[in-house]
Amino acid sequence: MTEVIQISEKSKDFLKKVEEISGEVITLCEQCGICTTSCPMAEDMDVSPSNIMRLVQIGDEGVLETKAIWFCASCFTCTVRCPRGIDLAKVTEALRQINLRKNTDYLDINRMDESEVEDLPTIALVSSMRKYTG
Amino acid sequence: MPKIGVYVCHCGGNISDVVDVEDVAKFAEKLPEVTVVRSISHMCSEEGQKAIIDDIHEYGLDRVVVSACSPQFQGETFKKALKKAGLNPYMVEMANIREQSAWPHYTEPEKATEKAKILTEMAVEKIRKASPATPPRLPIGKNVLVVGAGIAGIQASLDLGDAGFNVYLVEEKPMIGGHMAQLSRTFPTEDCASCILSPKMADVAEHPNIHLMTYSEIESIDGTVGDFRVRIKKKPKYVDEKSCTACNKCSEVCPVLLPDENNLGMTLRKAIYLPSSIAVPHSYVLDENACLGLEPLRCGKCVEVCDVGAINYEQKPEYVNIKVDTIIVATGFETFDAKLKPQYGYGRYENVITGLELERMIVEMSEGRSIRPLGKDIAFIQCVGSRDAQVGNLYCSRICCMYATKLASLLKRMDPSRDIYIFYTDLRAYGKGFEEYYRTAQELGIKFIRGRPGELMENSKNKKVIVRVEDTLTRKIIDKEFDIAVLSVGLVPSEGTKKISEMLKLPMSSDGFIKEAHPKFRPVDTPIEGIFVAGTAQGPKDIPDSVAQASGAAARAMRMMNKGEYEMSPIKAFIHEELCDGCGECVEACPVDAIKMAGTLAEINSAVCKGCGSCVSSCPKDAIDLKVFTNQEIIAEIEAALKDKKQGETRMLLFADDMCTYTLADGVGTSKIRYPSDVYIIRVPSSSRVTPKMLLRAFELGADAVFMGECEPAVSPYPMTNKVIKRNVEEVKRALEEAGIEAERMQYSPFVTVMYTRFANLTKKLSRMAEDMGNVPEEKRKKLGGMA
Repeated sequence: MTEVIQISEKSKDFLKKVEEISGEVITLCEQCGICTTSCPMAEDMDVSPSNIMRLVQIGDEGVLETKAIWFCASCFTCTVRCPRGIDLAKVTEALRQINLRKNTDYLDINRMDESEVEDLPTIALVSSMRKYTG
Repeated sequence: MPKIGVYVCHCGGNISDVVDVEDVAKFAEKLPEVTVVRSISHMCSEEGQKAIIDDIHEYGLDRVVVSACSPQFQGETFKKALKKAGLNPYMVEMANIREQSAWPHYTEPEKATEKAKILTEMAVEKIRKASPATPPRLPIGKNVLVVGAGIAGIQASLDLGDAGFNVYLVEEKPMIGGHMAQLSRTFPTEDCASCILSPKMADVAEHPNIHLMTYSEIESIDGTVGDFRVRIKKKPKYVDEKSCTACNKCSEVCPVLLPDENNLGMTLRKAIYLPSSIAVPHSYVLDENACLGLEPLRCGKCVEVCDVGAINYEQKPEYVNIKVDTIIVATGFETFDAKLKPQYGYGRYENVITGLELERMIVEMSEGRSIRPLGKDIAFIQCVGSRDAQVGNLYCSRICCMYATKLASLLKRMDPSRDIYIFYTDLRAYGKGFEEYYRTAQELGIKFIRGRPGELMENSKNKKVIVRVEDTLTRKIIDKEFDIAVLSVGLVPSEGTKKISEMLKLPMSSDGFIKEAHPKFRPVDTPIEGIFVAGTAQGPKDIPDSVAQASGAAARAMRMMNKGEYEMSPIKAFIHEELCDGCGECVEACPVDAIKMAGTLAEINSAVCKGCGSCVSSCPKDAIDLKVFTNQEIIAEIEAALKDKKQGETRMLLFADDMCTYTLADGVGTSKIRYPSDVYIIRVPSSSRVTPKMLLRAFELGADAVFMGECEPAVSPYPMTNKVIKRNVEEVKRALEEAGIEAERMQYSPFVTVMYTRFANLTKKLSRMAEDMGNVPEEKRKKLGGMA
């Protein structure tokens, strides 16, 4: 089934929002795919880095639901290789920020068993509470 | 006393439907020194021109004002009419009441008529102060220097030589032909490159009008059009070109082995060698850096075997001084150094090669030699060094898509079992026959995959190249091993291009290639008179484009030289020596280095001066002026534009450079885009010509706002004028503030000729601002009097 994308005012606003937060001109992306094969995480991502850029270009907010934006390790390999000079790491960070700013709690430490907390890596706990610092 | 004739044109209704032309004519009758006024249906018609000529004879008119259309449109017509009547052609001024009044103000006929009157008065006042101008004429000969003997230089030289011009063709390499002589076949026809090039190279060598100097470098160039002095160093070849029979005996005995440049170092040559099998001149060359014999007694084998005695170790560099009238720069390109993209492993992985290397491999193969096996699985990586912000080359090299397609097609035809992939970002098959050629390649089974690999890796066991690339159309990552990965390297300006442009002070565009005088209409002229550019020195292009451009450059050079006399624009800066104190501000301001200090006086070289007037507005002593657009004339226009301005009425002045802003305003008028009728346009060669004093005078006389328009630097015929304008604008703003006047009343913007809406919006904004602020009170304006 080929999906139909309706481009609306909302999609334009989404693109504008991501451009504002990231400070990058996302429409500059020429979809060459150099980011994807530079990315050490690409194979684990549900959509490729170049696809993330495309989804933002057309204003598809579904990109916020992808796992890929959380897989980005901010290693900046894409950033130093992008032939259009786009800082992709900033773009994925902007997408994460949009999610984080919704202030949705997925984890309440107070409700967790002590043993459960102990099993979790510290960094995972810190990450989960990152919204309070953003 | 001057006698002026004023002619108001109806333009068959174009003007008279909006502007009351009879009213304008009646108004003109009362203007000073006006002897005759007529209103005529079409001034540009034979009838209109005849009226001017007859009146000049009957009434003894010595100046003419034509209130009609844009001087850019019909200026030449009336100049010619004056010339026919025996007057100096610069004694006519046009009031542009069509593009600047009837058309943009068509909804306000009364205002349009009033504006037409003021525009006519401005023209009358300007022409009252005008003096005859004669375009300086320089004698010009028929000698041309062509720098670089690639296909562009060869074509330009042949065209010029055939037309009877005397050509000096200088090439730094020991042979001519440039990059084309290295290629296998040419796209999209697959002609054998050396087969189509060789006859042309032979023509050059034998041409009676072409003096070919190979293995030669330009040491220096001084002077200007009609009188360029060139010093050329002919490096010693140590072999006499004429007697060498190319028997190869010398090379056979030579004990020194070196990488062969013609094969990009992939094969070896001797210290005495033939630069290429198709070399013209077909003579051996001795590489002085490698030869052992030049140090006496160490070697000398080649001399012993040379039957014709062509080898001479004693040869010294020879210096040749020539005088030429024009120059064509055809210094070509170099391929991008693939080592600057280390992630592709060129120079480290043995199976990563460049497109040009593959060209040489195919040529060698066709001659029965093999540099290396090419394998079955072949990948082409496009855009290496092009369209890449990471290496600073934003431009497309234009030829790589097609040369990769060509190389792939040749390899596939040689062995149809080969699996060939071209990894591209955008496939550009724009030229004649290119799209069809692309289709043919697809028919052959070559796979075009849309994706740019991040990096290439080497399989440490079999040394094959691993290409990992996202197929951006399926969003899947392709991972495949190839026997060879070919980098489609782009084009960059050659060292020779950089050197010659420094020597000649040729401006470069942002991509580092030589800039044209105008990107659309003067694509082979450089901004420096008498110097032309052809081929890839101007920007990446293929062979047909290089050849066409070379013929174009040759034709432009012929056009300049053929008359034996070169007529320059009379718009030139000149010095009032008695006022010059030798401060040197003008030298700094001149964008083309036309001014030098001769002792304590500035001296202008009119052959170099482009007539922008930056120096005029930079001179603190008013010691420089500009012909045809003198200070007196422009002040007269300003005064007329602001004459009899009533309290509460707004009037704004817009200084428009002829190249961009004036053309833009004409375009806005022609498109009937409305803008406020209280904007009065004053035409200048460049707004940098407008002095701060003039601007202050305008404010003193009650201008509510003044706007300066100028070409954007990228398209400006005079680079750097924007700096001068900004400085002047800042100075005026400071003076306004001191007098308690809003600095915003002085504005400046660069334009290109297509910014119609921007022009309309800016003038509307300016008009609104002036209305909001109200007129400048007289006591404040008076304060400016002292400054102006």
